[in-house]
Amino acid sequence: MGKYEPVIGLEVHVQLSTKSKVFCGCGANFGSAPNSQTCPVCLGLPGSLPVLNKEAFISAVKVALSLNCEIQSTVKFDRKNYYYPDLPKNYQISQYDKPIAYNGSVEIIGQPGKSVAIRRVHLEEDAGKLLHDQDRTQSVVDYNRAGTPLLEIVTEPVIHSPEDAYNYLLSLKTILSYLDVSDCNMEEGSLRCDANISVRPAGQKKLGVKSELKNMNSFKAVRLALEHEIERHIDLLENKKRVVQETRLWDSDNETTVAMRIKEDTHDYRYFPEPDLVPFHVDEDMVKRIKKELPELPARLMLTLRDRYGFKEKEAALLVADKKVADYFEKTVSVKNSPKAALNWITQDIMSELNARAISIDKFGFVPEYLAELISLIEEGTISGKMAKDILRESAKENISPRKIVDGKGLKQISDASEIAGIIDEVIGENAKSVKDYRSGKKNALMHLVGQVMRKTRGKANPSIVGRTLKEKLDSF
Amino acid sequence: MGKEKSYRDYLRRIDAVDRKIKAFVHFDKDRIEKDAMRLKESDVLAGAPVAVKDNICVKDELTTCASRILKGFRPPYNATVIERIKAAGGMLFGKVNMDEFAFGSSCETSCYGPTRNPWNIDYIPGGSSGGSAAAVASGQVPMAIGSDTGGSIRQPAALCGIVGMKPTYGLVSRYGLIAFASSLDQIGPLTKNVKDCARLLNVLAGYDEKDSTSVSRPKLDYTYSLRKDLHGLTIGVPEEYFIKGIHPAVLKAVRDSILSLEKMGAKVIDVSLPHTKYALSCYYIIAPAEASSNLGRYDGVQYGARQGGSNGMVEMYIQTRNACFGDEAKRRILLGTYALSSGYYDAYYLKAQKVRTKIKEDFEKVFEVCDCLITPTTPAPAFKIGEKINDPLSMYLSDIFTIPANLSGIPGISVPCGFTENGLPVGLQVLGKWFDEETIIRVAFSYEQCTDHHMKEPKL
Repeated sequence: MGKYEPVIGLEVHVQLSTKSKVFCGCGANFGSAPNSQTCPVCLGLPGSLPVLNKEAFISAVKVALSLNCEIQSTVKFDRKNYYYPDLPKNYQISQYDKPIAYNGSVEIIGQPGKSVAIRRVHLEEDAGKLLHDQDRTQSVVDYNRAGTPLLEIVTEPVIHSPEDAYNYLLSLKTILSYLDVSDCNMEEGSLRCDANISVRPAGQKKLGVKSELKNMNSFKAVRLALEHEIERHIDLLENKKRVVQETRLWDSDNETTVAMRIKEDTHDYRYFPEPDLVPFHVDEDMVKRIKKELPELPARLMLTLRDRYGFKEKEAALLVADKKVADYFEKTVSVKNSPKAALNWITQDIMSELNARAISIDKFGFVPEYLAELISLIEEGTISGKMAKDILRESAKENISPRKIVDGKGLKQISDASEIAGIIDEVIGENAKSVKDYRSGKKNALMHLVGQVMRKTRGKANPSIVGRTLKEKLDSF
Repeated sequence: MGKEKSYRDYLRRIDAVDRKIKAFVHFDKDRIEKDAMRLKESDVLAGAPVAVKDNICVKDELTTCASRILKGFRPPYNATVIERIKAAGGMLFGKVNMDEFAFGSSCETSCYGPTRNPWNIDYIPGGSSGGSAAAVASGQVPMAIGSDTGGSIRQPAALCGIVGMKPTYGLVSRYGLIAFASSLDQIGPLTKNVKDCARLLNVLAGYDEKDSTSVSRPKLDYTYSLRKDLHGLTIGVPEEYFIKGIHPAVLKAVRDSILSLEKMGAKVIDVSLPHTKYALSCYYIIAPAEASSNLGRYDGVQYGARQGGSNGMVEMYIQTRNACFGDEAKRRILLGTYALSSGYYDAYYLKAQKVRTKIKEDFEKVFEVCDCLITPTTPAPAFKIGEKINDPLSMYLSDIFTIPANLSGIPGISVPCGFTENGLPVGLQVLGKWFDEETIIRVAFSYEQCTDHHMKEPKL
C-alpha cells in the first residue's frame, strides 16, 4: 500500500438520549409500541410548529465542547427538503451553513499526541422507520423515532488508514459515554457512521475521486468496509481504470461494497433557513457553565491516572476506554488504596469475566467494594492469589462478599508456620524420589513438592510460607 | 357583538343567505347547538359566533385549506387561537371558504368553488380570506378569523366593506394555522366594526410557547384604544402608494379620508418608502419558496387524499399531488422550488431576503417621523368572478399595497372608507409600528366614528 495513500473522512450521527424529542414534548425512548410516541409536531401534521428542546441543545453544546470545537455565537436551523415516507414533513430540520460548532479535534485514547480534526458538529431531527412486509407489497411507517435529536459529527479528511478510523470511532464513543448523552449503540442505530474514502498516489496533493460508504453497523464493519474499498480503489488505479464518485453500501454477508442504485449525489436538497425557528444568540455564560461542569474526559483522565498512580499510559488507557470501568477503578481505590492490584484485577480477571458473560461492568455483581475487600484479604495474607480468583467468581455469581465466603467456607489461608512445617514433613516423607531429585540439582522438583503441600491443605496453605519453609528444610540436610 | 342577537338569529341568517354567498364550506349545526349549551354568559366574547377560515385547525372538524389534497382531514388538535376563542366564550361557527392554501386574492382557487361578494354576487369577495370577509359582510356572523400572508385579511375586508386586521408578526400564535409562508403568515380578526376588531384581538393576541416565532410581551387591552382622538398624532402618506392606475373611486375615497383625519386633528405629512416597488417581486420569491417546502408534506402518506397508492411510492407522490393540487398551488410550488434550487438560490431567494431587509428599513426610517401610515388597501375595488383567474399577474397586483406589511412584519388594518358608483366597497389601510396595534386601532376607530360606511348593509 506504500504506493498509495487513502484519505478518509467520517460522518457520525449520534442519537442524543434526551428525555423528549428535539422539537416537541414526545418521549424519545426505544422500544415503545409503534407510533405511540408521537404528536402533531413530530408527525408533521398541518399547522404544527417546532420548538427547540433546550436539553437537546445543551447536550449538543456539551459534545461540541468535549470535541474541542468553537461554539458559534448564533444558532440557526435550516430545512433540508427531500421526499421519503419516513420523513413526515418531507423536509428535515437540520443545520446547513451555521452549525452549532466548528473546528474541533478528538484525541485518540492510548496514542498520546495523536488526534483527528473535526470539521463541524450540528443538530438535526431523525426520521421515522419504514417497515416492509415479507412480500414487499406494502410498507408501514413507525414515527416513534421521527424527531429524536441527532448530532452529526464530521471529521476533516485527515484519516489515512482503516485502523485510525476505527480508533477514532472508539475514542469518540468513549468521549460520548463520559458525557452520558447517548447510548452509542450501533446495532440499535443510536450511533451511525458513514465514510468518505478516496485514494491517491503517495505524495500527491490533490484528492482522488471519493466514494461514500454507508450501511456499516459496527466499528469493525467500518474498518472492514474501508479496507475493502481501499483495495478496490487501488485495484482500479493500478489497472488505469476510472474511479466513479458514488455512494456504496457495505454488504456484511459478502464482505464487499455495492454501488447504490439511486444516485444520492444528484439530490438538490433546496436548503433554506427554517422560518419556524428564529435564529437565537448563544448565551456565553451558559456555554462557560456547561464547560465548567464537563466531566474529566478520557484523554485527560488517562494522564491523571498515569501521574497519580504511576501507571504506564497503556495501562491507564485500558481503564479509561470505558467510563464505567474508570468509575469502577476509582471506586475500588477509594475503599482500598492499592491501585496496582486494582488495575491488574480489573484489566485481567474482571474483564475476562465480563467478556464471558457479555455484560458491562456496571451490571457486574462483583461490585468495587468487593474487589477492595478481595485485595485486602490477599494483602492481609488471609487468602492466596489463586484462592482469590475462585472467590471472585463465586462472589460475582452468588452476590456474597468475599470475606463472607472466606469465613463461611473456612477458606482461611494457613499461615501458621508450625502447622505448615508439620505438613511439609509429611510430604518430604512421602516423596523420597522428588526429594532426591531436588538434592541432585533438579530444582523443578521443588514445585512438585509445593504442589503436594497445597493439595494436602486443599490450597489453603500460604504459598510463600510453604515455598520458603520447604526450601529451608530441603537445603538444611 | 352577539348581545343583541342570539346565535340562533345567526343560524337563521346563514340558512337564508349562504346559498347565495357560499361562504361556509364545513358547517355542523348539531355541534353548534351542543356548544351553545356549554357557554357561560359572562365570557369576554359573550357567545358571539366566530367563523373560522378553513386553514385553521379545529379539533375533529374538517380542516382542508379548500384543497382536494386535504380531503377528509380532521386535525386531532386545536389551533392556539381556537383554544383562546373557546376560553373567551366565542362560538365556533363552522369553517369558511378561502383560496386553496391561501394562494389567491379572489377566493376562486378554492376546490369548493368561489364565494360571492355580498355587495354584488357577480363579484369576488377578495381573498384569500374571502369566506371570512363575506360571512361577516353578509351578517352571517359578527366576526371571523382569517390569515394574512400578503394581504389575505385586509384585501377581502376592503372589498367586502368590513374591518380586517393583520397584527404584527409574532403577536398572534401561528400554532395550528396551516402554513402557507411561515415567515409572513399571521392570523387576525375580520369584523363589522373596529370595536369588535379590538375585542377579538384581545382574545387572539398573546405569547404561545408552542410557536417559537410568537413574541412574549405584556398583555394589552386594545379596547382602551377605542377613542375618537387624533391629537398629537402624525400620519404619513407614502407617495409610492398613490401610483398611476389606481381606480379613481379608490383614490377619491382615500384622499377624502385623509382630509377627515386631518380635520380631526392629525398632522398629515408626505413620506416615502422607496423600496416599495420591489415588494411584489420580492414577495413572489419568498412566499412560494416557503410554500413549496410547507406543502411538501401533502404526499398521500399519512392523511388527506391518496392516489396511485398501489403503484409504488414515487407514483403515489406524483399522482396524489398531480390530481389534488389546483393550478395556482402547482404554479407556486414550481416557482418556489425553482427559487430554492441550487445555482438559483443566491440570485433569487437570498436576493429577495436582502430586498426584504431594505423594505423593513424603509418602514423603520419612516416611523421615525410619523406614528402610522395611511394608504389605500387595494388599488381597485372587487372585480368580477372569472375576470382575472386566467391572468395570475394582474391577480397578484391586487395585493401590491398589503404585501409590504407582511414582508416587514408591521401591523395593518383596513376600514371601510366609501363605495364606488357601482356600490362596491373601498378600504382604507392604516399601517403601524411593530407591536403598535393601539395606534392603528385608534386611527381606524376615530375615522370610523366620523363616517357611516360601516353601518351600511348589503341588500341580499
